[in-house]
Amino acid sequence: MSRPPQLRKISSTLWELPVSYKDGMLVPARIIASETLLDQMDDGVFAQAANVACLPGIVKYSYCMPDGHWGYGFPIGGLAAMDPATGVISPGGIGFDINCGMRMLVTNLTEDEVRPHLHKLVDLLFARIPTGVGCTGFVRCSRSEFRKVVEKGSRWCLEHGFAWPEDLELTEENGCFEGGDAGDCSDKAIERGYDQIGTLGSGNHYCEIQVARPENIFDAAVARAFGITIPNQVVVMFHCGSRGFGHQVATDYLQLFLKVMTVKYGLKIYDRELACAPFRSPQGQAYFSAMKCAANMGFANRQVILHRIREVFSEFFRRSPEELGMGMVYDVAHNTAKLETHLVDGVRRELLVHRKGATRSFGPGMAGIPERYRETGQPVIIGGSMETGSYLLAGDAGAGDTFFTTAHGSGRTMSRHHAKKMIKGQKLLSDMEQQGIIVRTASYGGLAEEAGFAYKDIDQVTATTEEAGLSRRVVKLVPIGNIKG
Amino acid sequence: MSMPYRFREDMAPADVAIEAWGETLEELFASCAEALLGTLVAEPGEILRSREVPIRLDDSELDLLLFAFLQELVFLKDARRLLLHADQVGICRHNGGYRLEALARGEEVDRERHKLVVDVKAVTLFRLQVVREEKTWRATAVLDV
Repeated sequence: MSRPPQLRKISSTLWELPVSYKDGMLVPARIIASETLLDQMDDGVFAQAANVACLPGIVKYSYCMPDGHWGYGFPIGGLAAMDPATGVISPGGIGFDINCGMRMLVTNLTEDEVRPHLHKLVDLLFARIPTGVGCTGFVRCSRSEFRKVVEKGSRWCLEHGFAWPEDLELTEENGCFEGGDAGDCSDKAIERGYDQIGTLGSGNHYCEIQVARPENIFDAAVARAFGITIPNQVVVMFHCGSRGFGHQVATDYLQLFLKVMTVKYGLKIYDRELACAPFRSPQGQAYFSAMKCAANMGFANRQVILHRIREVFSEFFRRSPEELGMGMVYDVAHNTAKLETHLVDGVRRELLVHRKGATRSFGPGMAGIPERYRETGQPVIIGGSMETGSYLLAGDAGAGDTFFTTAHGSGRTMSRHHAKKMIKGQKLLSDMEQQGIIVRTASYGGLAEEAGFAYKDIDQVTATTEEAGLSRRVVKLVPIGNIKG
Repeated sequence: MSMPYRFREDMAPADVAIEAWGETLEELFASCAEALLGTLVAEPGEILRSREVPIRLDDSELDLLLFAFLQELVFLKDARRLLLHADQVGICRHNGGYRLEALARGEEVDRERHKLVVDVKAVTLFRLQVVREEKTWRATAVLDV
């Protein structure tokens, strides 16, 4: 894609569009990318990062991460911190899939122990974890109980036997955005979500068995701290979010904000997907509350899926999850807005940080990360395509400029339809099997859309985050089994 | 009733963009519903019409009425696991805006029989458009998948 002529190179990984790029920009827009990644970014990234820079209350810069691509309102990979007193909250800065995120757990099994049984193990995971269009969860709960789920998040799971106590400590925000009130969520949102706890969904959502090979370890000491302690250790990583509940919350408030933002608050925006409301307004606060509930559904969903993965491995290997060492590494959220305190021009300020397709990346010593990771920085889990591998990284102390934020994935470079034209799902499945990756899917068409060639190079994305000082690579993880919706 | 639509590759690389036509506004909305169904399943024509759901929606703008209509079908897909055609669509002026009344017909998701493709999370406002052209109505919409 063509770079805007106004784009200025600040360093080998940092690019800036000045406020003169577009009328109404309040701050510059910054893109974090290598030359190669920048050239792979579509025009939408520049236009959307500039639109975000026009939002009232934005502080310092509008950002796009190295895996960024066109999104709705904000680009995917978008980041904006707002002054809570004067700024807005926008569902377009968070995404429809609120708290879509990644969770990772380790085992004490090695590839040699798992490989001979891989087909059966992947089959069993696929049979037990609901995936794809129209799937419902295995946790039976009433609509009124679901309201408790979305207010408590992972804590509800702990109370109902779906979590180990340490799981909560190892989840961003301890698995609960405090202050979410289910009363701010519509009956439709409840209706859409109450039977979806423990479902993977479809699209780019997956659950993957991976191996940490010795040659792929970048930092052995931090890898050990994160639980990667034996050669060719088998780990599990999965990606999913708040399902229909979160999608409905986002839609409900997008519609509400469209109605009030101009008439009631006189807000002018450049894209209807950036519909917003003043953060301190009744509508802004109601959305913030409902968004917290959706985030809690995301945590609960991943917690219940983790429970199911432990059950499957335990049944399959005839050892308890504890004997199999199935502890969590961490859980990170991608699509959220949070009140956080950051240093801005030498002054500590409370900011409303919108991250859309971006990961919080708190560095060593920062409050808000588990005690066991205080010296390493928080684990950052970046999922790649199902063919090319994923990364475990650590938050970097130098990420202050981006409000301690880094990339979230590898980012698409090819349309879904183009990918489907390039390869049939069945062919991709057999090709991957030849490469030693066993895949089970609810949809061959959906599988083809997620082929590795449709994504950016994950190695480049993670190397760029390291060079830019956002997150440090710890280990690259290679897929051997994958289930998809 | 013919329900012409196509998928637009150039509009939303990470998601699904649809473009649909109709001789009337009602046909256009039905075509859009069929495009949504064709996003969820490989062979929308094979979805049976064993269940009926009446839909009534109001909005001040035509494009936002389409947004609300498609969003309702997405809601019914999750809340009632229904894959739906829009068979009878009526649109009229109402209180200075528009009212849609439709009868959606379809069946529950059958994971053995239906060739499921990809789940639709939401309808977006990106390049959402309902326009009257010379002899037809045309719409574009982007679905978040």
